Amino acid sequence: MQETRTISLSVNGEPSTIAVPVRQNLVDFLRDTLGLTGSHVGCEHGVCGACTLEVNGAMVRGCLMLAVQADGAEVITVEGLADSGRGADLRQAFIDRNALQCGFCTPGMLASALEYVERGGSSERSAIREHLSGNYCRCTGYQSVVDAVCDVIDGRAQS
Amino acid sequence: MKAAEFRYERPESLAEALALLEDTDLDATPLAGGQSLVPMMNFRLAMPGMLVDLSELDDLKGISEDGGGVRIGAMTRYVDLAGSDLIARRAPLIAMALPYIAHAAIRNRGTIGGSVALADPAAEMPALLLALDATITVQSSAGSKTHGAADFFLGMYETALEDGELVTAITIPAPAPHRRFAFYELARRHGDYAMAGVAVSATGAVGAGCTDFRVAYFSVADRPVRATAAEAALDGKAPMDGAEAAVAALGEIPFAGDLNAGIATKLHLSGVVLKRALERL
Repeated sequence: MQETRTISLSVNGEPSTIAVPVRQNLVDFLRDTLGLTGSHVGCEHGVCGACTLEVNGAMVRGCLMLAVQADGAEVITVEGLADSGRGADLRQAFIDRNALQCGFCTPGMLASALEYVERGGSSERSAIREHLSGNYCRCTGYQSVVDAVCDVIDGRAQS
Repeated sequence: MKAAEFRYERPESLAEALALLEDTDLDATPLAGGQSLVPMMNFRLAMPGMLVDLSELDDLKGISEDGGGVRIGAMTRYVDLAGSDLIARRAPLIAMALPYIAHAAIRNRGTIGGSVALADPAAEMPALLLALDATITVQSSAGSKTHGAADFFLGMYETALEDGELVTAITIPAPAPHRRFAFYELARRHGDYAMAGVAVSATGAVGAGCTDFRVAYFSVADRPVRATAAEAALDGKAPMDGAEAAVAALGEIPFAGDLNAGIATKLHLSGVVLKRALERL
């Protein structure tokens, strides 16, 4: 019998109280139990960034946090960002700039980029690259991702 | 992969945590930020029978003044160090190095105490503490004691921590007047573990000769190491004036190769990072 523990948390604004195996990673809980498959599972050791999501206002690795540690937390996944419209300009910029091809890295890339934009990051390309260094993309070569983030920062500065 | 099974505890007091950590039969292991322990568990390199989650222990969080220096609770996250004026003023070397410690999403969870207790030879923090002459406070149910950084890191993932002991705080002494700091590392990807890195501190006015050099390396040996012969070669000189002699003295380091680089490459890279750090001192 694996040990379980009941946790209460809010996921994309929806509260739930549910028993989770204590060994289950947060991203597996979101995908397998709640059916929120937007957060992707890549390397499972914190290197690729595909599972990056928001917990209590900070972007974290969903594979390096246990679901049981999210007890009492507010979790926002890429689905929640889409539903609320937060970061809509960033998603549009990814489309406009072709900042994805296969899309596997995109949910994590959006999460990391959104944190950078919302914290007032500069549109200097090297600074954007530094911030996104924890998210692997094997399709784009990153140029178009940096283009998209630049567009959003410039766009928000003008509006 | 996924972690093996374990018992999970989230104590609400330090005393309760320390009592739980006495369970050596279950290999009771503290869970701080989890940014190294959880991947090790996912790979089943670590399979503790009990995890003691420290996240509720607010006493272990926070940064405070300590006689001109600064005291950092073990559960203080990197992101909080990065946002701290006190760290920027009293421990500027740490502020300098923080952007190079993993990635933003990792710094949002990772803690200073976790890094210190793990003692990964490739990690920045142990070498920073060595360069800063920091002390590490550990506590068990029997009481607390302190270790100088030089006496704490004993080998690869090996520290002076004994069974049942927990790192509770790191104390960085007040910097001497005209104390200067520099940091440099070489990594394949920004935020990844460095192939070689160095933290340097010294006392002296800009452009003048400096004394009391501390040159602390990470990711070149089985633990963070000071290059004392290089320090002696630099003593009394302006940093760049002593650079060549210091680089020539690096053979004293007990280099160890890793997946990134062999011993000869580590020696070469150690010279490169030292010169670049001295340029920035």
